[in-house]
Amino acid sequence: MTTPTSTNVDLTSKIPNNVGLSDDPKLQRALERWLPNYLEWWNDMGPTDFADKPVYLRTAISVDRGGWANYAHVKMPDYRWGIFLTPNEQEATIKCGDDAGAPAWNDVPGEHRNALRRIIVTQADTEPASVEQQRLLGHTAPSLYDLRNLFQVNVEEGRHLWAMVYLLHKYFGRDGRDEAEELLNRRSGDEDKPRILGAFNQPCDHWLSFFAFTMFTDRDGKYQLAALAESGFDPLARTTQFMLTEEAHHLFVGETGLGRIIKRTAQLEREDPNGDVRNQGGIDFDLIQRTINYWFTYSLDLFGGEISSNASNFFASGLKGRFREDRYEDHKALTGTYNLPVVEKDKLLEKEVPLRNAMNEILRDQYIKDCERALKRWNKHIAEEGSSTVLTLPSRRFHRHQGIYADHHFNPDGELISEDEWESNKSKWVLTPADNDYLVSIMKPCYEPGKFANWIAPPSKGLDGKELDFEYVKLHD
Amino acid sequence: MGAESNTDVTVDFEVDPGSYRHWKVSYDGAIARVAMDVDPNGGLRSDYELKLNSYDLGVDIELADIVRRMRFEHPEVRVVVMTSGNDKVFCAGANIQMLGSSTHGWKVNFCKFTNETRCEIEEATEASAQVYIAACNGTTAGGGYELALACKEIYLQDDGNSAVSLPEVPLLGVLPGTGGLTRLVDKRRIRRDRADVFSTTAEGMRGKRAVQWNLVDDVFPRSKFDEKIAARCEALVADAGELASGERKGVTLGKLGVESLDNGRKYSSVEVTWDDEARTATLTIEGPTAEDVALAERGAEAMHEAGDQLWALRAYRELDDALLHLRSNHPNVGLVVVRAKGDAKRVLAHDSALVKTRDHWFVREVLLHMGRVLRRMDNTSRSFFALGDAGTAFAGNLLELALASDRFYLLDDPDNVVHVGISDLSEGALPMSTGLTRIQARLYGEADKAEALVGRRDLLGPEDADDAGLVTMLLDDIDWDDDVRIAIEERVSLSPDALTGMEQNLRFVGPETPDSKIYARLSAWQNWIFIRPNATGPEGALTLYGRPERPAFDWRRV
Ligand SMILES: [Fe+2]
Ligand SMILES: [Fe+2]
Repeated sequence: MTTPTSTNVDLTSKIPNNVGLSDDPKLQRALERWLPNYLEWWNDMGPTDFADKPVYLRTAISVDRGGWANYAHVKMPDYRWGIFLTPNEQEATIKCGDDAGAPAWNDVPGEHRNALRRIIVTQADTEPASVEQQRLLGHTAPSLYDLRNLFQVNVEEGRHLWAMVYLLHKYFGRDGRDEAEELLNRRSGDEDKPRILGAFNQPCDHWLSFFAFTMFTDRDGKYQLAALAESGFDPLARTTQFMLTEEAHHLFVGETGLGRIIKRTAQLEREDPNGDVRNQGGIDFDLIQRTINYWFTYSLDLFGGEISSNASNFFASGLKGRFREDRYEDHKALTGTYNLPVVEKDKLLEKEVPLRNAMNEILRDQYIKDCERALKRWNKHIAEEGSSTVLTLPSRRFHRHQGIYADHHFNPDGELISEDEWESNKSKWVLTPADNDYLVSIMKPCYEPGKFANWIAPPSKGLDGKELDFEYVKLHD
Repeated sequence: MGAESNTDVTVDFEVDPGSYRHWKVSYDGAIARVAMDVDPNGGLRSDYELKLNSYDLGVDIELADIVRRMRFEHPEVRVVVMTSGNDKVFCAGANIQMLGSSTHGWKVNFCKFTNETRCEIEEATEASAQVYIAACNGTTAGGGYELALACKEIYLQDDGNSAVSLPEVPLLGVLPGTGGLTRLVDKRRIRRDRADVFSTTAEGMRGKRAVQWNLVDDVFPRSKFDEKIAARCEALVADAGELASGERKGVTLGKLGVESLDNGRKYSSVEVTWDDEARTATLTIEGPTAEDVALAERGAEAMHEAGDQLWALRAYRELDDALLHLRSNHPNVGLVVVRAKGDAKRVLAHDSALVKTRDHWFVREVLLHMGRVLRRMDNTSRSFFALGDAGTAFAGNLLELALASDRFYLLDDPDNVVHVGISDLSEGALPMSTGLTRIQARLYGEADKAEALVGRRDLLGPEDADDAGLVTMLLDDIDWDDDVRIAIEERVSLSPDALTGMEQNLRFVGPETPDSKIYARLSAWQNWIFIRPNATGPEGALTLYGRPERPAFDWRRV
């Protein structure tokens, strides 16, 4: 068999990396095979119709200070999807579980191979999924600034897929390669080949959902990545640490995007003689609240079961830690308990769960706290604009599709309600088809540099020190 | 709450469709759909929840009832689709919390019963032309896949997620003990090295690879799944072979009408009494009456008409219930004295009427049912002593009870001649799980004696029976009481574990079949593993499953 050595050069220059790709022929071979399939997937399922437009993108080309944020106008298919691990400052150790403090693994321990592969595949599957969910949004962007942010998020999700696929190819042999293939075969929302997790199969067909998605669902990603950044499998920990730097931008897009809509809504409410936001072509607060309720709860599902033996195993064996594990004193968590309400005989009762089995819930707690912080900030803006509206986060039990609350109905305050009560109120509580129709009807593209759609306020400043009227996406030559 | 709590529940094995909590059965002509939809709060005990279509003994008792009624009450059904009423899970297997908190004896009884039900599904497919196919429309794990393996064909939904798996070894430190390992290699003929990989991969396999390895027969996309299954059912109905004769009008299995005694249960033709202190029980079965024989001799139609009141069906249903009751609810009883009362000549006449009409589907079902009950007896881990004293009639199908017993004492009293006899049923209609008749098994080392009995239909007096090799000990009326009493007392003084092991080894002479392997090999290993610290010790994998601690193994191979 002859090895096409000529492409090696192409490959390593195409894929910026700090994992020694040029000295790793095995990995090169694997990625060479995967790359064309990946590009095919990107062409089929990535953003539609903008392949030839230069986008002002940030590309990571190395992990040092200035290296990860290089801005330039790039056509998306030419984006250089790289592979980066955050460098280790000192000897890495296992951060949690029974072997906390022991040296970290640089290779996959056979004992944990299946669990690790499952963790990686589950995380990896979310990356291309969100690109698929968002692929049509380019046609209705409220500004070039927002259009560019969408594409930035998209290419980086593509890069996150690369990062995970690198781990599968490098450390998981044939099974890993098969899983990497499968990642390109599943499709968001497809009845027969759905993505693994529920939220990643939900339609995201307008910009309100896009911002809610990047606010709430990407934020789940942040917490999952942060928990994996504590993994005893060192390559996973370092990969996810680097992904977190990019994820922060996605959260910024979501939080400020929703914030700008909220601000605009408050302004339109004030401007309309009857306070009728829709009359002004805006997005009313009730609809925003329903959107929050919808995406926040679908995102809560992503954390997994409240009482989970998987979560316990992952923690016990050092595969997945808590958010900022270093801030805890006890890294074994063998003795503590966690109290949570469970439904027993149509009543909510407190139940004591061993701490390790509650690791998903502990991560969910951190996430909710983070979301509450954003809500507080939005409410401050609303008040500053003179509106009396207060947006809230629903209870974690509300509108759930996974976990111990999924088989029951709750109102947004978290009280158990009957199925009838749920049915007659759900259109008040979560996004309805009519909501989506209305949103789609007002979302007309706004592609003049410096202009913004009527339903959203401009951001306080441009990107990378550029003005707001900078041509973030060059739609015309 | 420690392990081994709450296992002092009395189990009732009699259920009917009106009382099912966990299954939905629907009929559409020749096709029946059996959907598992387990009620999480419907467990036999309250210390676990039956989540994700996981099962306990109660769920399986309903399944066994469904399978049995399908044959008797719905003879028009040719294809049975086993599927799930749960959107994501076909079946997650036996409930692990239930296993973790059960006594060893409970676990063993549970596994044995579920194994018997799986074998019954296979028998229905092979002998009754009711073909079971598994439509696995979601996760099919552990006992869930074992249930699918008991079906003739297995179809899995191809949604990128649904997998078949046997995670017992890697996750729980025990075996897929409900026939899983045996059926992988013996039934589906999966290569043993692949079976090794599969059985140690907790997440199992899905999609094309599951088909390539013959773990399933095919995979269908979610959107086409129901349609493809329906098409397969139609094809199977069209291909189905010749049916046994007789109008395929179902026979309702009515309530058994058991009367609870202080220390026993009394049915119409069967009575079981126990003495928990003496650790013995007496199981008495009353042979057919003159009217029962006359009815049978009127032919298949008359028997069909009599339905569940036909002696052969009624008495054996009662015997089955009595055996199950002893197994689950009277663990202290170590020895069961078996007595078959009645008239030997009548039993032979009755059997011969059955054999003559065995082409009729109903008579065939009655015979198959008798065979299953007798195999249940073979597999019951109690000592059985058959006592052939005055008034007994160990003849024909009732002789099988003596031959299924570990010993057969026969009275030799010229004033009270007790007869033994062989009927047409003794020669293959009621086989053991090894495929042998009980006469062949009894006379395994004396083939000439077995040969001499073929076709012999006259009644045998005590000495003839002894000469023929059918009797363990011939006792005259002077010795009878003392010898029998001493034999019983001696027996119940021996180690129950050693007796179980000894009996199971001695009962099943001769060849192995997949069925016998499931009980003798798979179950025996499973039962050993169940008591090993690596599974059920304080740091064992089964004990700690779902708990925050990880198991710690004793690495020494034993
Ligand atoms: Fe991502
Ligand atoms: Fe993201």
